[in-house]
Amino acid sequence: MPSSLHSGDDDTTKKMIRDITLGQYYLGNSVIHKLDPRVKIMAALLYIVALFVVKEFTGFIAAVVFLEMVIIISKVPRRYIWRGLKPVLIIIAFTLAVNLFMIKGEVLWQFGILHITREGVRTAAFMGIRLVLLIIGSSMLTLTTRPIGLTDGIEALLSPFKKIGLPAHELAMMMTIALRFIPTLLEETDKIIKAQQARGADFESGNIFRRAKALVPILVPLFISAFRIAQELAMAMEARCYGGNVKRTRMNAMKFARRDLIAVVIFCVFLALIVLQRVLL
Amino acid sequence: MIEVRNLTHIYSEGLPHESVALDDVSFRIEDGSFTGIIGHTGSGKSTLLQHLNGLLKPTSGTIVIDGTDITDSHTRMLDIRKKVGLVFQYPEYQLFEETVAKDVAFGPANLGLGQEEIEERVRQSISLVGLDYEAIKDTSPFELSGGQKRRVAIAGVLAMKPEVLVLDEPTAGLNPKAHYDILDMVQEIHERENNITIFVSHNMNDIARMSDRVLVIDKGHLAMNGTPQEVFSREEELKAMGLALPDATEIVSQLRKEGMNLPADCLTVEQAAGAILTALGR
Repeated sequence: MPSSLHSGDDDTTKKMIRDITLGQYYLGNSVIHKLDPRVKIMAALLYIVALFVVKEFTGFIAAVVFLEMVIIISKVPRRYIWRGLKPVLIIIAFTLAVNLFMIKGEVLWQFGILHITREGVRTAAFMGIRLVLLIIGSSMLTLTTRPIGLTDGIEALLSPFKKIGLPAHELAMMMTIALRFIPTLLEETDKIIKAQQARGADFESGNIFRRAKALVPILVPLFISAFRIAQELAMAMEARCYGGNVKRTRMNAMKFARRDLIAVVIFCVFLALIVLQRVLL
Repeated sequence: MIEVRNLTHIYSEGLPHESVALDDVSFRIEDGSFTGIIGHTGSGKSTLLQHLNGLLKPTSGTIVIDGTDITDSHTRMLDIRKKVGLVFQYPEYQLFEETVAKDVAFGPANLGLGQEEIEERVRQSISLVGLDYEAIKDTSPFELSGGQKRRVAIAGVLAMKPEVLVLDEPTAGLNPKAHYDILDMVQEIHERENNITIFVSHNMNDIARMSDRVLVIDKGHLAMNGTPQEVFSREEELKAMGLALPDATEIVSQLRKEGMNLPADCLTVEQAAGAILTALGR
């Protein structure tokens, strides 16, 4: 039976719940925020592709300068960007370690079976920079675009594929609903956790099997709540005559404005630089 | 006895969206008391309740229950949970087991009790909430009606034999019959166990009828603390906080304004009817 249930435990659970923030939008009013989501999504995708086109360290200069420019214009505080980077630090560290120790070449340092080579250091640094840029680059998209804007943008970008039977609207609606209900379900989870804790449930102590078993009192009510919420939502949507296939108009239609054109031009310059360095160096 | 001293709770302290949910709240609840808590939505009632069994830790201040400081980080959580049973709003959403008996046994099992003791407590608390143990013990809690589910959920807390029973709007969303059934049940349990019962409700009639003490929370402050007669005589202040009077008190207050000679402290329909009949000379 649980015996190590001390008062500190509750705070950890609460923090655990609060830290799961997927929609990490940072409310702002910058030009970057106002850009057409379609432009931003495409730019983010191509930026990631560009990072893989880069072969030499010098190629990253353009990528860093461009990203820095976006960050400064967007006025998103650095600590928000850092917060997005924190959860993937382990993956970055793992990549660094694998590259550092596994790559063969000119040995710089050796300890038992572990050895670090010049090539290893180079690849590790290269991969590290690429990963960090990749994560910051994509989080700049989510930091400056409302989740609704994101799904609208994805829907618009996917709609050419409707002809080959891709349900673009339905996919986007599913994403919108999923995003919308993350906070609701988190709140629900928090309530259920508290209710079970009030009945003396212990989620933190014991081995991994005990902990997994301790999740049952949370998961069962959570699933039931999720189904209940889904049913209510479906009913509310039907009451307002929602139909996925009909031609729907939007309250806030996306417009490709002058600033979007300027953004596209600047981004093309960046892409050109990346391609040039790849060809010339 | 529960003693709350200078309780303050600030959510997200230090962040831009920090908010003071409770601000320097102090009060005392005597043994055997039935205390009602009222306040507008978002006034801090739920935050206060969650402090009473250690689900939330105060930013500052202490809560002492029967000499145990539950805000002390060395107090074992399980001991606090044993002392204070908290029934959340819509408690039926926390049911999860295959059978009613297993679900009610969850709390006592967490307390580390023996099998026999658990069974005994399950039996007791299921009948305490007015259900037939033999008939219901092997049913799935999800097959029950709304009112029955809620009873089972309350039984799940009662099975931990708390010295203090805290209920957050125990009748929310129930039909009128189930509403009164649950309230009668709460009253009966209170009388039988002679425990401290703390009861949050938006229904002033229930608060007036059941409590011997009423706490009014407004924007994180303890605005009033007194008998129902004292609290509900401060009509203007309550209405300024977005709260109402019990129906009977409201009617009597209106009649007094029309010049009828009635006592100001009528809380229930019976009292009001009696007072009006007396005033009419019958």
